[in-house]
Amino acid sequence: MPRILIPTPLRPYVEHQPAVEVEGATVGEALKDLVRRHAAVARHLLDETGAIRSFVNVYVNDEDIRHLQRTETSLAGTDTISIVPSVAGGREVR
Amino acid sequence: MARLTPEEIRRYSRHLIMPEVGLAGQERLKDARVLCVGTGGLGSPLALYLAAAGVGTIGLVDFDEVDESNLQRQIIHGTSDVGRRKVVSARETIREINPNVHVELYETRLSSSNALDILASFDVIADGTDNFPTRYLVNDACVLLGKPNAYGSIFRFEGQASVFCHPEGPCYRCLYPEPPPPGLVPSCAEGGVLGILPGTIGLVQATEVIKLVLGIGETLVGRLMLYDALSMKFREMRVRRDPACPVCGENPSIRDLIDYDEFCGIPEWEESQRVDSDWEIGATEVHERRLRGEDLFLLDVRNPDEFSLCRIEGSHLLPLPHLLDGVSELDSAREIIVYCRTGIRSAQAVNVLRDMGFRKAKNLRGGIHAWSAEVDPSIPRY
Repeated sequence: MPRILIPTPLRPYVEHQPAVEVEGATVGEALKDLVRRHAAVARHLLDETGAIRSFVNVYVNDEDIRHLQRTETSLAGTDTISIVPSVAGGREVR
Repeated sequence: MARLTPEEIRRYSRHLIMPEVGLAGQERLKDARVLCVGTGGLGSPLALYLAAAGVGTIGLVDFDEVDESNLQRQIIHGTSDVGRRKVVSARETIREINPNVHVELYETRLSSSNALDILASFDVIADGTDNFPTRYLVNDACVLLGKPNAYGSIFRFEGQASVFCHPEGPCYRCLYPEPPPPGLVPSCAEGGVLGILPGTIGLVQATEVIKLVLGIGETLVGRLMLYDALSMKFREMRVRRDPACPVCGENPSIRDLIDYDEFCGIPEWEESQRVDSDWEIGATEVHERRLRGEDLFLLDVRNPDEFSLCRIEGSHLLPLPHLLDGVSELDSAREIIVYCRTGIRSAQAVNVLRDMGFRKAKNLRGGIHAWSAEVDPSIPRY
């Protein structure tokens, strides 16, 4: 089963797991399965239309899916999906 | 090219005997001008090591003052520096480490009106800032000026590093075209940060700066390094240049600096976070009314760890991320005073509660910090 590595900011929404095993033959199916298992993560990952949010990058192994077939990118059972949101660091918004 | 003095030859001897640096490389470092944007968690180790390594000129940009809560990670500042200007404190530490370094101070907030002027005279920029508007500002200024940017970013236990805006390489916008909407991603002030983490990431940035100056090794151009301190794993992702990038692409639409607060949605967010002044209440007033025996329900929307650190007596915990799950247990007939650390998260909670019909929900202005200042000094501010 493909594995999705969950970044720290999203772990509270997946019961604090660093990785979640999912089912799916494509990246889109795998993300859908993740959201099915952990509904709370949805709004941090997907926008209202169900598309991946623009400040969240998704990689299959070390390649950005925007340079593959995006959510249609097919998966092998050994593939690792990484979710990498942009982080800025310290300051609280004023 | 600058020549080394006998004192410098002694000081840098461990560099001079390495063929990859040598006398020519050390002189190149002495000639180099590196700008550290921010003298906080990332900027501290970065500036310290660049100074020790013999970078000739280090520019420091920061408008802030040293706060006690900085000392857990911002190692360029010491306990006696609390309350002092960060750039001045940083310069003192640098001079103690290496008096040969020329330090240029920019005690200002980097903005669209000063960024190009400040960055222009430097060879390499190291972005150690802590907010999205400044990240995009530094990126765009680096692209427009053709300066490489040694980038680092941290959150809780994880860090990212790369080199952007290098000829042929991608820029930060190629990686992240847009910032997250404010408020969706927690900040380090809310989510915390492992004090050692910026040391690790800041030193990756420092390493990249030195390599860029010396022209040696393989830099992180085109690679995003990810670091997870808890599992002690380094990974890397490929970053490609985006031909459609609005600033470094083939037909750039951004040819000058823009309004970065607006680009990051800050004004709208501030507007949406503004709580009607009738919906706010001061700490002293809440205290006095409780003393009179009025029925006030105090709702703490901080995290459980913050709650166990300190709390207002008699308050009930319902962390903001779980507000919707617990809302059914609240009584809309009672007056609910919502508080957090400084009043920002609780303002969000009040807006949510008011939308759901809790017409007596009020925000404790200034949070538990204000309570500590006005009512109960035994409550620690953190």
